[in-house]
Amino acid sequence: MVDNLIRTKGREGRRGYTLPKNDVDGTSLEKILPKAALRKEKPRLAEVDEPTVVRHYTNLSRQNWGIDTNFYPLGSCTMKHNPRANEVAANNPGFAGLHPLQPEAQAQGALQVMHELQGFLAEVSGLPAVSLQPLAGAQGELTSILMVKKFFEDSGDHGRTTVLVPSTAHGTNPATASMADFKAKEIGLDEHGCVDVDELRELVDETTAALMITNPNTCGVYERNIKEIAQVLHEAGAFLYMDGANMNANLGRMRPAEAGVDVMHFNLHKTFSTPHGGGGPGCGAIACSETLAPFRPDPAVEKDGETYSFVRPAQSIGRVAGFHGNFGQMLRAWNYIKMHGPDLRDVTDMAVLNANYVRARLGGTYQIPYDELCKHEVVVQPPKGKKALDIAKGLIDHGYHPPTIYFPLVVKEAMLIEPTETESKETLDDFIGAMLELAETTSEELEEAPTHAPTRRLDEARAARQLKARW
Amino acid sequence: MARFTPHTDDDVREMLDAIGVETLDDLFADVSPKFQGELDLPPALSEYEALRDVDRLAKENDTGLPIFLGAGAYDRIVPSTVGAVISRGEFLTSYTPYQPEISQGTLQSIFEFQSIVSELTGLEVSNASVYDGANAVAEAALMTARLTKRDPRVAVSAGLNPRYREVIETYRVEVVELPFEDGTTDFSEVPDGVSGVFVQSPNFFGVVEDIEAASGAAHAAGALCVAVCDPISLAVLEAPGNLGADVAVGEAQPLGMPLLFGGPYAGYMATDQKSVRQLPGRICGETVDKDGKLAYVLTLRGREQDIRRAKANSNICTNQALTALAATVYTALMGPEGLREVAESSVSKAHYLAERLQASGFRLRYPEAPFLWEFVVELPDVKKANEALLKAGMVGGLDLGDGGMLVAVTEKRTKEELDAFVGVVANGG
Repeated sequence: MVDNLIRTKGREGRRGYTLPKNDVDGTSLEKILPKAALRKEKPRLAEVDEPTVVRHYTNLSRQNWGIDTNFYPLGSCTMKHNPRANEVAANNPGFAGLHPLQPEAQAQGALQVMHELQGFLAEVSGLPAVSLQPLAGAQGELTSILMVKKFFEDSGDHGRTTVLVPSTAHGTNPATASMADFKAKEIGLDEHGCVDVDELRELVDETTAALMITNPNTCGVYERNIKEIAQVLHEAGAFLYMDGANMNANLGRMRPAEAGVDVMHFNLHKTFSTPHGGGGPGCGAIACSETLAPFRPDPAVEKDGETYSFVRPAQSIGRVAGFHGNFGQMLRAWNYIKMHGPDLRDVTDMAVLNANYVRARLGGTYQIPYDELCKHEVVVQPPKGKKALDIAKGLIDHGYHPPTIYFPLVVKEAMLIEPTETESKETLDDFIGAMLELAETTSEELEEAPTHAPTRRLDEARAARQLKARW
Repeated sequence: MARFTPHTDDDVREMLDAIGVETLDDLFADVSPKFQGELDLPPALSEYEALRDVDRLAKENDTGLPIFLGAGAYDRIVPSTVGAVISRGEFLTSYTPYQPEISQGTLQSIFEFQSIVSELTGLEVSNASVYDGANAVAEAALMTARLTKRDPRVAVSAGLNPRYREVIETYRVEVVELPFEDGTTDFSEVPDGVSGVFVQSPNFFGVVEDIEAASGAAHAAGALCVAVCDPISLAVLEAPGNLGADVAVGEAQPLGMPLLFGGPYAGYMATDQKSVRQLPGRICGETVDKDGKLAYVLTLRGREQDIRRAKANSNICTNQALTALAATVYTALMGPEGLREVAESSVSKAHYLAERLQASGFRLRYPEAPFLWEFVVELPDVKKANEALLKAGMVGGLDLGDGGMLVAVTEKRTKEELDAFVGVVANGG
C-alpha cells in the first residue's frame, strides 16, 4: 500500500525554508554539552521544498469538508459560518506578536479585549464573574466543577461526594465529575426528555455537590423545570452547573442566572463563531455567581480607572492553562459579539427557526421522539429498519456532512440535527429533500455509501487491532 | 450590524407557517424564565467599524520589538506558508474528524503530527495533541498514576516551569519537591511511592538536565519518568525515549505558532507502545477502506469520554488540530536540518549574549551549567533594566523577582539587537 505522507515526497538535503544567516560566531554544541546529551541520529522527518509543502497540504485540505464547502448540521456542535473578519482580527500583528509574559503596561490593548469579553459573557449569562482561561469546553466544565469542589472544601463540608448527571448529558460531563474526584450519578428523564424532577428530589441529599445540566438539553428540548431544579439543589446546599454547549439557543431569550444557574461554561467556538479547526483550538470560558467568583482560575482581568490588570481571585483553584488561555479565540469571539450587540437575539431566533423548520418537514417520515417545540437542534430517528449510520453515509453522497449520530444515548439510532442560523431556507429544503429520499432508499444501497467521497467506509476495527499511529 | 443570517421576511413567514406557529416569540413558548429585556451590549458594528477597533486596541500593545522573553513561549520565525495552509477553509472550518470519509485531510495531518512527535521524542506513540504544554504535563501526571496504579503523586523540582506545576496541582495531583542546586535537579533521592518523576530539559532556567539520571531514579522507585522538552531542542538533544523516559510532553508553540498573548498553542504527548491505552485524548491510526485504499481514522476510542463516560482516561474531548497542523507544516518546511539550524543559531546567539554580559561584569546565576538559549543573569535592578530596555525599544527578559533576569534568545535576534541589549543593561539600565 502506497501512502501519500509528506515524508515520501522529498529527498535528503532538500529544504523548504531559508533562515536568516547567523551573524554571530557559532557555538559548538559538543563544547557546551556532554556527549550523552547530544542527538546521535537525525530524526526521520520530511525534507521537502516549499512548493511541495504548499501543494501537499492544499491537496490534503481538499479531502476535508468544512463549513466553507458543505452544509454541516452537526448536532451539539453549532457549525455556524465563521466570519473572516474574526481571522483578520486574530492575525493583527499588534496581538499576534504579543508575548504572554510582557508586563501588563505593555499589553493594555489585549487586557481591554479580555475585560470587555468578560463583561459581554456576564451580560449574556446574567452571571457576574467570568474566567476566560479554560482552553476548551471540556476544560470549562472541569474548571466549574473544581470550583464547586473547592467551595465545599474551603467551607469544611467534606461530605459532598456526588455530582448528578442526566442520561442525556455529553460524555464529558461524567468524565469531568470523575476527574474532579466526584462520583457521577446518573439521573433519568421525564416524558419530554427533560430531567425528571421527582427523581431529582429523591436523589438529592447532603452528599450532592452539583447537578450538571445542559439547557436546552441534547435532545434539543428546553429544560422547562430548570427553575424548580435549581431550587431543589439550592435547598440542599448544592450547585446548579450548566453545560453551555447549546447556548446558541439562548442568546437574549433566556439568561442562565435567572433560571438559577450558579456556574456555566461557554464554547466560544460554537456560540461565538470561532472556527473549530478540525477539532480545536477552542475556548471554554466560564461564568459564575458572586459566591463562586473567588474560586475562579488565576488570573482574571480587572479594571481600575483606565488601567487593566491581572488579579488572582482570593480562593482560586489555581491555573488551568500555561498562560492566559486561548487569547486568539477570545479576540475572535469579542469581535463577533461587537458585530452583533443586542442583535445576538436574532442569531438565536434564526437558529431555532431553522431547527423547528427541519423538525416540521421531516416529521411523518422520520420519527421525532420529542415532537414538540425544539430549540436549536432536533433529534430524529430513521424509518423502521434503517440505520442512522447508513443514512449518515448516504448524506455524504448527497454532499452533506452528516448530523451527529448515536447521540444522545437515550434515543436509539439517534440523528441529532443542528442547522444553525447561517443556513438559508433553500439549503434546508435541499437537505430535507435528501433526507426524505434516503428514507426511501433500500438498505442494500445505503450500506454501500459513501461512493463519491475521498474514501469509502473504513475498517475501524483494523485500526485498533493493528495500531499504526506513526510513519 | 454585520449579518451572517440569510433570512428575509418572506423566508421567516414561510418557515413559521410550515412549523405552524404565528411568530418567532411562539418558538420560545416553552422557555421559562424568559429574558424580557434587551441585552445590554454595545450597539452592533459593521465589520469595518469592528476591525477599526481591533486596530486601535492592537496599537495599545507594545509589539514589533525584539523580545528577550521566553519562559515557555518563544519569539521564533513563523514561515508565511504556515499561516497560508492553516487558513484554508477546509482545515479551518471543519470539525473533529468523526466522519473519516470526508475528513482525511485533518486525519492525515494528525497522523503526520504524531509521526513528527514520535521521531523527535523517540517514543512509539503520540496523541493528536492536547490543549497546551501545561496541560500535557498535568495529563502526564495523571497518566503515571493510572499506569503505576498508585495515587497521583509526582516528584518535580524548581526546574519545572512553575506554571506547569500549578496546573498539575489544580488537577489535584500531589507534588513533592526534589532538591535543585546550581541550575540542575538532584534525582538521587526520589521519595517512595511517587507515581512519576518529572524532568524538564532544558529546564525553566534554560539548563540542560540529565534525563538518564531522572529515568534511572524513577524506575528504581517503581515510578515512571516524564520528560518535558522543548521540541526545537530535540533537533540537537538526544531523544528522551532513548534516555529512559516513559513519557515525553511539552509545548509545541515554538513550531510555527505566533505568541498571540499565550494561545492557542498545542501540547504534545508521547509514550511507549505498552502504555498507549492510558494516553488521554485523540489518537489517529492507519487503516484501509472498503476498496483496500489506505486511509486514517481516530482509533482506540474506548479510552475516551464519549464512549467510556465516567471511566474515561480524561474528560478531554478534542485536540488542537489546527495548531498541531501549524506545527506539522512548520516541521515539513524546516526538515531535520532546518530545525537543527534554528536550534544552533539560537544557541550561538544566546551564548554570544551571555558572554558579552559577563564581559560587562554581570554574573550568570548558573555559570557552570550547560544551557541552550535561555539563561539567568544577575542584575542589580531587573525592573529598572526592563524599563530601560523598553525605552530603547526592546522587551527584556523575565523578572524572577530575586535579582535574576531569565533571558531567552531565538534565531530572530540579530547581533545588533544583542549588542544593544548589553549596551542598555551595562549603562545601569
